[in-house]
Amino acid sequence: MKSKFPLSVHLALTLVWFWVAFYMIFLYAPREETMGEVQRIFYIHVPSAWTALLGFIIVFIASVVHLWKQKPLADQVAHAAAEVGFIFCTGVLITGPLWAKPVWGIWWTWDARLTLTFMLWLLYIAYLMLRGYLIQPGRAANLCAVVGVIGFIDVIVDYMAIRWWRTQHPQPVILGGPNSGLDPRMLATLLVSWGAFLCLYFYLVRQRLAVAQARSELSEIRRTLELARTER
Amino acid sequence: MNNLRVIAAIFVKDLRIEWRNRETLSAMCVFGLLVIFLFNFAFGATGEQALRLLPAVLWVAFAFAGVLGFNRSFAAERENACLEAMMLAPIDAGAIFLGKMLANLFFLAMAEVVMVFAAALWYNFSFLPSLHWFVLIAFLGSLGFVSLGTIFGAIAANTRMREVMLPILLYPISFWILMLSMDSTSNALRGGGGDSLAGGIERVAGFSLVFTIAAYLLFEYVLEE
Repeated sequence: MKSKFPLSVHLALTLVWFWVAFYMIFLYAPREETMGEVQRIFYIHVPSAWTALLGFIIVFIASVVHLWKQKPLADQVAHAAAEVGFIFCTGVLITGPLWAKPVWGIWWTWDARLTLTFMLWLLYIAYLMLRGYLIQPGRAANLCAVVGVIGFIDVIVDYMAIRWWRTQHPQPVILGGPNSGLDPRMLATLLVSWGAFLCLYFYLVRQRLAVAQARSELSEIRRTLELARTER
Repeated sequence: MNNLRVIAAIFVKDLRIEWRNRETLSAMCVFGLLVIFLFNFAFGATGEQALRLLPAVLWVAFAFAGVLGFNRSFAAERENACLEAMMLAPIDAGAIFLGKMLANLFFLAMAEVVMVFAAALWYNFSFLPSLHWFVLIAFLGSLGFVSLGTIFGAIAANTRMREVMLPILLYPISFWILMLSMDSTSNALRGGGGDSLAGGIERVAGFSLVFTIAAYLLFEYVLEE
């Protein structure tokens, strides 16, 4: 696949962006008064969470496009988005407790947002395991797309349901109300860090897509060879 | 009209198969009873404690028993290529879904009756004062759970290790239906009424309907070969 934005350039951009992001996270962003240095994990935790959620939104959109247009590319995008999104979701579940232990005094609690992230993680696992266990790969696309769509409905349902459940997680600090403002330097760090995570996410998705396409080309070539042999 | 006849035919067919071999329903009942028995022994609850535990025990037992039924439901259609025959017939995929779903709902309801009797007996708990609420919640919660179970059962039938795949798909997605049903059941059994109970039942009904409609609309893609 020839592209105007080659993977190698994308990788270089990701590395540079992360270098800048880490500089901002550890040196530029001010120290948080009550939580101390441990608060800096926020710049990794929150962008991972946003990216993990975005990942499932991409799975949903690609699934709908696949069911509608029956394009193999949409199925490959859904698969790649899910695999990479799962990694980021795992990152959220690892960085969260690391922050929670010193700040809340506990590793884990069944608070609304934690439950939601955990359920998103379970959804990713279910989706990817289904991919792995299907007997006829030819039918995989439609079945996975159906799970992708129902899974996304479940994400929305989760969002509604958790509001009826009690919550302990810090309220959103951005657009969250009058007293929830972030220091501008913190906000800048957060956004730069999110940019770096997005860049990495899309780099990995593209890399994964390239593998999927190479694989389907290979099976195409195999099929042609097989045909040629039987005709001879 | 034609669709209604298809739904009825598939529903009756599943009931007839069950009547002849009596495999699925008996397995569901026995398994559900075992779950309730185990919980009863593990917690040894009576009185106020029973009231706290019962909704959870019942819904966990319903969820476990349900999975047994959903697994059988489409595994049976795979044998002898029955599913292919149904797909060849000039009928709506949605009608096939509704027929299978209603049959599953019927089996789960039968098993639920047995489990509730056992729970009432072993926990010395009377369901009678709030029976009408309990039946309504059990119906609404089961509807959403069975709809998801039917479509995921059809999907899992295409995988190796389908017995493993179905719960992995089904439980995370039906989580809130089960949780909210449990919550409403607890509310109803405590004799609570009014707004909080009505609100809870509305939520269960809303979620169940959303998933039932989604499963109905998407079922056609599950059948395509």
